[in-house]
Amino acid sequence: MMHGMVFRKAKNHLMSFVMLACTLAVLIPLGLIFFHIVKMGISSLSLDFFTHIPAPTGEPGGGMANGMFGSLVMIGGASLIGLPIGILGAIYLSEFGGSKVSTVIRFAADVLSGTPSIITGMVAYTLLVVPMKGFSGLAGSVALAMIMIPIVLRTTEEQLKMVPGSLREASLALGVPFWRTSLKVTLRSAMSGVLTGILLAVARIAGETAPLLFTALGNQFWSKNVLQPMAALPLQIFSFAIAPYEDWHKLAWAGALVLVTVMFALSLTARYFGRSRHAR
Amino acid sequence: METELPSPCYPGATETTLESAEKKQEPAQAKTLNGDSVFRYLTTSFAFSIIVILALMLYEMAGESMPALKAFGWKFVTSTEWDAVQGIFGALPYLYGSVLSSVLALALATPLSIGAALFITEIAPSRLGALVAPLVELLAAIPSVIYGLWGVLVMAPWLQSTVQPFLIEHFGFIPLFEGAPYGVSMLAAIFILMIMVVPIITSITREVLLAVPQSQKEAAIALGATRWETIKIAILPYGKSGILGASILGLGRAIGETMAVTMVIGNAPNISLSLLSPAYTMPSVIANEFAETTSKLHASALMEIGLILMVVTLVVNALARLLIWSVSRSAKGGAA
Repeated sequence: MMHGMVFRKAKNHLMSFVMLACTLAVLIPLGLIFFHIVKMGISSLSLDFFTHIPAPTGEPGGGMANGMFGSLVMIGGASLIGLPIGILGAIYLSEFGGSKVSTVIRFAADVLSGTPSIITGMVAYTLLVVPMKGFSGLAGSVALAMIMIPIVLRTTEEQLKMVPGSLREASLALGVPFWRTSLKVTLRSAMSGVLTGILLAVARIAGETAPLLFTALGNQFWSKNVLQPMAALPLQIFSFAIAPYEDWHKLAWAGALVLVTVMFALSLTARYFGRSRHAR
Repeated sequence: METELPSPCYPGATETTLESAEKKQEPAQAKTLNGDSVFRYLTTSFAFSIIVILALMLYEMAGESMPALKAFGWKFVTSTEWDAVQGIFGALPYLYGSVLSSVLALALATPLSIGAALFITEIAPSRLGALVAPLVELLAAIPSVIYGLWGVLVMAPWLQSTVQPFLIEHFGFIPLFEGAPYGVSMLAAIFILMIMVVPIITSITREVLLAVPQSQKEAAIALGATRWETIKIAILPYGKSGILGASILGLGRAIGETMAVTMVIGNAPNISLSLLSPAYTMPSVIANEFAETTSKLHASALMEIGLILMVVTLVVNALARLLIWSVSRSAKGGAA
C-alpha cells in the first residue's frame, strides 16, 4: 500500500515537471523572438527612421516614415468604416436582436474573424482595386475594416450585455427616447469596455500585412493620396526582411521594434481600461 | 408612451413584455418615422452587414474562381503542374504543403499547449499563473510578419548551420531528413507555425480549463487523488471537447497563416518527402503571385486556391467554435 502511494506521488511530481517543461518550451522561443527584436531593433533605430523614407537599394540609412504615415492613414480609414458598423451592429445584437438572429450574426462574426486575412485582401481587390483600376490606400482601409468589424462587434456586444437593465429602464422612465438611451446611457456606461475592444482591434489591424499585399500594395515614396498605392509599416518590414541587403534588414528590425512597441502599448492600455471596469 | 418604444430585449426585459411590446408598436412604427425606428433600422442593417460581408466574400471568391474551375475541374487539385506561361494550373503542391506544415505544426504544438495551460491553471502558484497567462496572450497578438522576420533572419540560418546538418548526418537514411541544408524549408515553416499557434491554443485551452466546475476537481481531491490524477480523471475528460476545439482553431490559424510561412518555407512548388527541402503553401502562392498575375486564368487559379482555403478554414473554424461552445455551455448549465 505504501509502495503504491510513493509511486503515485512520484508520478505526480514527474507530470508536474513535464508541464513546467512545456511552459518553458512555449516561453523560450517567444522570449528569444522578443530578445532579438529589442536587440536588433534598438541598434538600428535612429531619428532618420522616423523622418526619412527608405534609402535606395544598397545605400545605408533611410527610414520608414512613409510606412508609418501610411499605416496611420489606413488604420484611421478602417476605423472610420469599421467602428460605426461594429458598434451600432453590437447595439442591435444586445438591445433588439431576437435570440436566433443574434446567434446567426454572432456565428458569422466568429467565422469571419477566423477567415485568413489574405482572403480579405483578395475580396477587397476584386471589389475595389479592379473597378477603380489601381491599388490604393482606400482599398487597404476597406480590407482592414472587414477584419476590424467582427472583433469590435463581438467585444462591444459583450460589454453592452453587462450593463444592468435597470439603468435603461430608469432612462426610459424619464422619457428619454430609446435611441438616446442606447447611445447616451447604455453605450456610455459600457464605454471603458468598448474602448478595450476598439484598442485590441486597432492593435490587430496595425500588424496585418497579407490583406495589404494586393490592396495598398506599398510604395517606396511618400504617399499621401488614398487613391494611390500606399506604404504601410508591416508591408515594408516584409519586403525588407526578404531582400538580400544588410541595410534593409536593419530597417526591418527597427520597424519590428516600433510595431511591437505600439502593439504592446495598445494592449496594455486596453488592459488598463478593462481592469478599471472590473474594479467598479 | 409604452407603445412608442421599439421592443427592447436587453437583459432584464422579460420575454412576455417583449412580445407584447412588439405587437403593439408595429402600426405606430409604420405611420411615423421617428428617431427610434431610424435607430432600429440603422443598427439592424449594420448588424446584418456581417452576414452580407461573409456572403459577399464567398460570392466574389466563387465567381472569380469560375474560369479556373471550368478549365481544370478536379484536375486542379490532383495535378502538380503550375505553369503561368502556358496557362496550366494544378494546385496539389500547395495543398500538400499547407496540409503537411499545419498538421505537423499542430502535432507539435498541441501537447505543449495543453501542458502549459495545465501548468498555468493547475500547478503554478496563482501569482505566477497570473503573470504568465497575460504574457502568453500578449504574445498571441504579435503580428505574423514579425514572426516571419525572426524566422528568416534568425531561425532559418540557425537551422541551416546546426539542426539540419545534424539531422542529415545522423538521420539522413530516413527519407524525411535527406537532402541538403537550405535553411528555408518545410522544417522551418513547421517550427515557425508551431511557435505561432502555441500561444493561441494555450490561451483558449486555459479558458476551457477555467470553465471546468470546481466541484469536479474537489470530488477527485476528496477521493485522495494526487494533482496529476485530478487532472487526469476530473479535468481533462471534462474539458476534452473544448481542448479539441482549441487545437482545431489553431489548425485553422496555421492553414491560413500567410506572411511568416511565405518568408521561411522557401517557396518552391515541390512535393518532397524530405522536411529539409523548400516547399510552398496555399496562402504563400497567393501572397507571392496575386499582385502580378500574368493572365485572367492565372488570377482565377489563385482565386480558386483562395476559395479552397476559405472553405477549409470556414469548416474548421465552425467545428472549433461548436466544440468550445459545448464546453462553456455545459459549464454554465452545471452552475445553474
